[in-house]
Amino acid sequence: QDYFGVCSEVMIKDNVVVVYEVLEEMLDNGFPLATESNILKELIKPPTILRTVVNTITGSTNVGDQLPTGQLSVVPWRRTGVKYTNNEAYFDVIEEIDAIIDKSGSTITAEIQGVIDACVKLTGMPDLTLSFMNPRLLDDVSFHPCVRFKRWESERILSFIPPDGNFRLLSYHVSAQNLVAIPVYVKHNISFRDSSSLGRFEITVGPKQTMGKTVEGVMVTSQMPKGVLNMTLTPSQGTHTFDPVTKLLSWDVGKINPQKLPSLKGTVSLQAGTSKPDENPTINLQFKIQQLAISGLKVNRLDMYGEKYKPFKGIKYMTKAGKFQVRT
Amino acid sequence: MLALPPVQKLLRQLPVGPKPPVGGDVAEELTSPVLATEAGQPACYSALRADELQPLSGPEPTVTTGTGAPPWHDDLKEMLDSNKDSLKLEAMKRIVAMIARGKNASDLFPAVVKNVACKNIEVKKLVYVYLVRYAEEQQDLALLSISTFQRGLKDPNQLIRASALRVLSSIRVPIIVPIMMLAIKEAASDMSPYVRKTAAHAIPKLYSLDSDQKDQLIEVIEKLLADKTTLVAGSVVMAFEEVCPERIDLIHKNYRKLCNLLIDVEEWGQVVIINMLTRYARTQFLSPNQNESLLEESTEKAFYGSEEDDTKDAKAEAAPLAKRKPYVMDPDHRLLLRNTKPLLQSRNAAVVMAVAQLYFHLAPKAEVGVIAKALVRLLRSHSEVQYVVLQNVATMSIKRRGMFEPYLKSFYIRSTDPTQIKILKLEVLTNLANETNISTILREFQTYIRSMDKDFVAATIQAIGRCATNIGKVRDTCLNGLVQLLSNRDELVVAESVVVIKKLLQMQPAQHSEIIKHMAKLTDNIQVPMARASILWLIGEYCEHVPKIAPDVLRKMAKSFTNEEDIVKLQVINLAAKLYLTNSKQSKLLTQYVLNLAKYDQNYDIRDRARFIRQLIVPTEKSGALNKYAKKLFLAQKPAPILESSFKDRDHFQLGSLSHLLNTKAVGYQELPDWPDEAPDPSVRNVEVPEWTKCTSREKRKEKVEKPFYSDSDGESGPTESADSEPESGSEESGSSSSSSSSSSGSEEEEEEEEEGSGEQSEDKEEEEEEKRPKRKEKEGSWQAAPGSAGSPSEEEEDEERAKKAKKKVALQGKKGCAETSEEEASGFESSSSGSDSGSEAEATQRKAPPSSRAVPKEISLLDLDDFTPPTPQPISSSSVISTSLVTDLEGLTLIDTSLAPTLLSPGFGAVRTYELLHRMAGEGLSVEYCFSRRPFPGDQHMVAVQIQISNNTDTEVKSLRVSEPKPLSGMRIQEFPEIEYLAPGETASVVMGIDFCDSTQAANFQLCTHTRHFYVSIQPPVGELMAPVFMSENEFRKEQEHLAWLGEGKLTGMSEITEKLMLSEKYRSDHAIVQQVTSAANVGRVPCGADNEYRRLPGPHWSIPRDGGTAQPKALFATGRFAAKTVTSGSLVLITLEQREGAAAQLTINSEKMVIGTMLVKDIIQALTQ
Repeated sequence: QDYFGVCSEVMIKDNVVVVYEVLEEMLDNGFPLATESNILKELIKPPTILRTVVNTITGSTNVGDQLPTGQLSVVPWRRTGVKYTNNEAYFDVIEEIDAIIDKSGSTITAEIQGVIDACVKLTGMPDLTLSFMNPRLLDDVSFHPCVRFKRWESERILSFIPPDGNFRLLSYHVSAQNLVAIPVYVKHNISFRDSSSLGRFEITVGPKQTMGKTVEGVMVTSQMPKGVLNMTLTPSQGTHTFDPVTKLLSWDVGKINPQKLPSLKGTVSLQAGTSKPDENPTINLQFKIQQLAISGLKVNRLDMYGEKYKPFKGIKYMTKAGKFQVRT
Repeated sequence: MLALPPVQKLLRQLPVGPKPPVGGDVAEELTSPVLATEAGQPACYSALRADELQPLSGPEPTVTTGTGAPPWHDDLKEMLDSNKDSLKLEAMKRIVAMIARGKNASDLFPAVVKNVACKNIEVKKLVYVYLVRYAEEQQDLALLSISTFQRGLKDPNQLIRASALRVLSSIRVPIIVPIMMLAIKEAASDMSPYVRKTAAHAIPKLYSLDSDQKDQLIEVIEKLLADKTTLVAGSVVMAFEEVCPERIDLIHKNYRKLCNLLIDVEEWGQVVIINMLTRYARTQFLSPNQNESLLEESTEKAFYGSEEDDTKDAKAEAAPLAKRKPYVMDPDHRLLLRNTKPLLQSRNAAVVMAVAQLYFHLAPKAEVGVIAKALVRLLRSHSEVQYVVLQNVATMSIKRRGMFEPYLKSFYIRSTDPTQIKILKLEVLTNLANETNISTILREFQTYIRSMDKDFVAATIQAIGRCATNIGKVRDTCLNGLVQLLSNRDELVVAESVVVIKKLLQMQPAQHSEIIKHMAKLTDNIQVPMARASILWLIGEYCEHVPKIAPDVLRKMAKSFTNEEDIVKLQVINLAAKLYLTNSKQSKLLTQYVLNLAKYDQNYDIRDRARFIRQLIVPTEKSGALNKYAKKLFLAQKPAPILESSFKDRDHFQLGSLSHLLNTKAVGYQELPDWPDEAPDPSVRNVEVPEWTKCTSREKRKEKVEKPFYSDSDGESGPTESADSEPESGSEESGSSSSSSSSSSGSEEEEEEEEEGSGEQSEDKEEEEEEKRPKRKEKEGSWQAAPGSAGSPSEEEEDEERAKKAKKKVALQGKKGCAETSEEEASGFESSSSGSDSGSEAEATQRKAPPSSRAVPKEISLLDLDDFTPPTPQPISSSSVISTSLVTDLEGLTLIDTSLAPTLLSPGFGAVRTYELLHRMAGEGLSVEYCFSRRPFPGDQHMVAVQIQISNNTDTEVKSLRVSEPKPLSGMRIQEFPEIEYLAPGETASVVMGIDFCDSTQAANFQLCTHTRHFYVSIQPPVGELMAPVFMSENEFRKEQEHLAWLGEGKLTGMSEITEKLMLSEKYRSDHAIVQQVTSAANVGRVPCGADNEYRRLPGPHWSIPRDGGTAQPKALFATGRFAAKTVTSGSLVLITLEQREGAAAQLTINSEKMVIGTMLVKDIIQALTQ
């Protein structure tokens, strides 16, 4: 949530009153009333340490005494009278690869789901346009309500008056029809033998089509079959854990060094007496690649109208693994 | 109460702290109900005084001190009574925290209520929270606060008004119902839309409190429904759904408005509105699929129908004819579909789901596909959303399989999915399976079978079974696969596959005796009763195929009979009986033995069965005739079971509803009404009362110059305004508000923004408008006179001539706003020309009407203009004329005429060129011509309407003319014309088809079929037909051209410019001719000219009358003509500027994003002008 950062039980307990106030504003007799966080923030200001201090001194409150003019204006998502000394607009293009890779390493399905998250801190009522180098890539798009749909339809340009602060500008989908470059590969050799209660286990992860970028934050998790008692493994890099209760193996690899591929080798000890599990575990993969949008999407330019100042503009690309699964 | 004192005493000893100790809570909860019930009345009166008395402790103790009030409450009270806001706030926060923890804080009620008048907003809000929670319990006390709310309702601050209303309506005290009613009524006409919204929210609250108020509330709802702000729309529809969902008649008038506002309404409102509109549309429109279903179901019947047509037996044919009439979607229906489509891209899953169900329930089959993509996207979100979406997808995929086929892979299952999701995905995959994709699906299934999730594996096996039944080709493969599974180690898997195999075998038992044998062997190993029973049944059923094994199996089973499960025992008896009948020699003794065992079984069912079967099969002296038929009874052919999806019949629930999810009727579920057989009167939606008043006031305004132009549309957004301002901005686009068939390529939203952006400009215009008005008035008078003097009105040439004359006059009056007037003229002509055709009195009245009562006939014509809905569904609605441009409006007129009587289609007027599609020689007597009618295609605005004229020059009739096998190039789409059932010799038929050329001049190829022949034909569009005229003022034109950054919409980036010099040919020196040539070469709209150089200013042969208005500009040395258009598919602007230099020299400039189109257009125009 925008209000408390993390939404946890403790947080809610500590801020009962604010939560109450917020919910009160959001719902009226069970019907949603105002759910746009920008407006809510205007009605009830989120608690910050600074404000708490100020409040105790001055006796003022969290509740805004101004009208939420935004709700009444044409742009209900933006509050009015925003002021910043540093005017900046950041856009993060984040793409996630959903893929299922089969035993032999060929791709069964792969899609790219992307989002553009924005953090816009601009004074006044800026009107932004964002254009892409290759908008045709985007197959299925869903927008924040601020985006003018017609403009997109006709010109493939995102034109919008942004809400204040963090928001998700659009999420898109690059369909499976387009070939998706799979940036990593996994070599695996997992076998259980009927006779002994030991199995072999070996995984190697390596980069594939990364366009020269390094693959970071690699994390391998795998749900072992119930029959597995314990695993004795040695990683060439990173750390690994195996939880004998949930049978979850996780291996935090970190960065992949193309010269020295990380691998995890060892043996699996099975419960004695049980037959060998008839399914090999699937391997779930997580990774991150900075400065790369795997679909090749590129933002062409960002223009601002309606305000005089020059904003600072920044764009960041990132590729992540979404539901990336390797069947073994 | 009696039991309390010890506890209370104990409490007193507890330390006073800010946080109540645990013991206190218990006591608290014990005390308060007592307080609430017994002490309610006195506390109320005492509290009245307590407002003055500080502190409150005075009266309260009469109840509480006796037993001892919890001391920490005193502490809170003191804080509440203090003067400091911060203390009050602190107290309120603690109280609210208490409420949140589920503790009872009701005995603080009096103290809290006092603070309702507190100045501090946060305290106030918390008091509201408290009040809403406890008011129902302490009604009398709550009444104290009412006056504060009433005061709050009059507060200048709209937020306070709104929150006062909210709390007031949340207090569930029956006594204040009248006050609430009054407050709601008042708020419903509040200035602030936010307050009106709150009023709408209050309606269901009041309704649930007192349903007697329904009638009054409906009145308020009706009033609010007419509201034009997006803020209110969602809430009021919510209220409508809660209070009076059956009053569908309230929607009629607001239907179009709601459709148009939809995209701007907040998300939750969108959901409610879409759902409501779905229901509405189901009652008000005809099913778009009725034709297809009719054709599918009874092609036979239709054929007979056409046979009878020959005999012209009109009477008997009446009913089927009416049904076979080509279905044309009600424009309002189309409007709804068009306006909801963008919402598929909403970020809110609920909205997407709502649109999806709307499309599923309302859209024609061909269009439902668009929702698939969006639904697949939703599969990415939380598992809850996934679950709901998949349920709906499962239902949809049964009915419309093709829709989701391209997304097959998106339904592949990941091992991390929760089981429910897996099973649903499986369901979808199974539904999607067809002959082409079955192999991939089966391969997927193979991986699933090895999954660890056993429920899922079982479901997969069932799914394989279903695939096998549905697709005959793979049945053997499936069976083999399943038989392999029989050796699986997991019992569940084996059992499940046995059951499935049993079902499959039933379909073709003869070929599979091997499998049956294999299964017979399995009886030794399989323990799952269901599977054992299935095997036994199979063996019994097909014992003739396995004559040797069957008795053996029975022997084994007889041995273990006593230890079997009931279901297995029954099947053993069954098997025995069957064997006895077929092979009594070997199995007689065994059967006797089994029956004897069963006779003494514990289960009466089995005993009964044994007794019954013994009587039936074992011949005794007593046994009657039944014995003979025993074999027939037992070994009858049994129909194979049909493996069906459990989602098969779910679609009778509205998709996306809770009832659909649960597959049972939920409380409050409203059945989705069926399509009506006959379309209800579409005109009910026409009566847009507010619009009318505006329209008439517009008329009046022309007469009363003093009245400020924007007087009554100030600050309002929505259709009325855009309808009003439509002529001002010179753009037709917002015509969508009322004339739903408009070709709008820009949206209303844009329109509004544009208007905001050009506030100043519009003011300017306003002024000009006022200057101009008297002039226009006199001109109108002259126009009115013109037709009077004109002769025979029944001929169209006459009309055209008149139109020309009038146009000249308009042109002479030329000013900025000329678009408006001439458009009205056009409408006048429109009605009059149609009047002359049909011989109605409309024209007559118009002609006879003296200028003084001009407003009356004018209004009539406007009526026609705005809300003309053809009485019979006909693709050519004359309202589309509106959207042709100023320059082409005359052509539009001819077009209407030609469409009514196609033989009159004459290229003489210059604009419409016909092309040959099929020569009469090549077509064996069938000749086909086409022309570009330059009307927006009614179905799809991205399509170019091609009018096809088919004449039958043979001496036999031609039947079932249709388009088939369109082979469009990539991206091209063809909307075929409805099949022409029959064309008599010598007759001519005219149809309209739509082609989306994707802004390229590539030819569209397709086949034209008759009942005997196929002709390959292709339509190649001239570049000029790939665009539709756009109206823009000169200023706009310039702005567009100069790439100016414009706040609103309409900036063009990367526009390219092509300039070419040319020498005008002799005959096209005159401006009129130039305009004609340009507009005939391309479907462009003339930009109404501004104050400077322009054709009509030039003295040409046609414009010999000097200009009025006293503008002292010198005659321009050269003139400029501007034309604008948008390409049909992508909607990119094409701007044409033609500057006439001295003599014959001229310069042509074309600005367009599309280079290719630009260059081709330049060529075309030059050719047209230099010939």
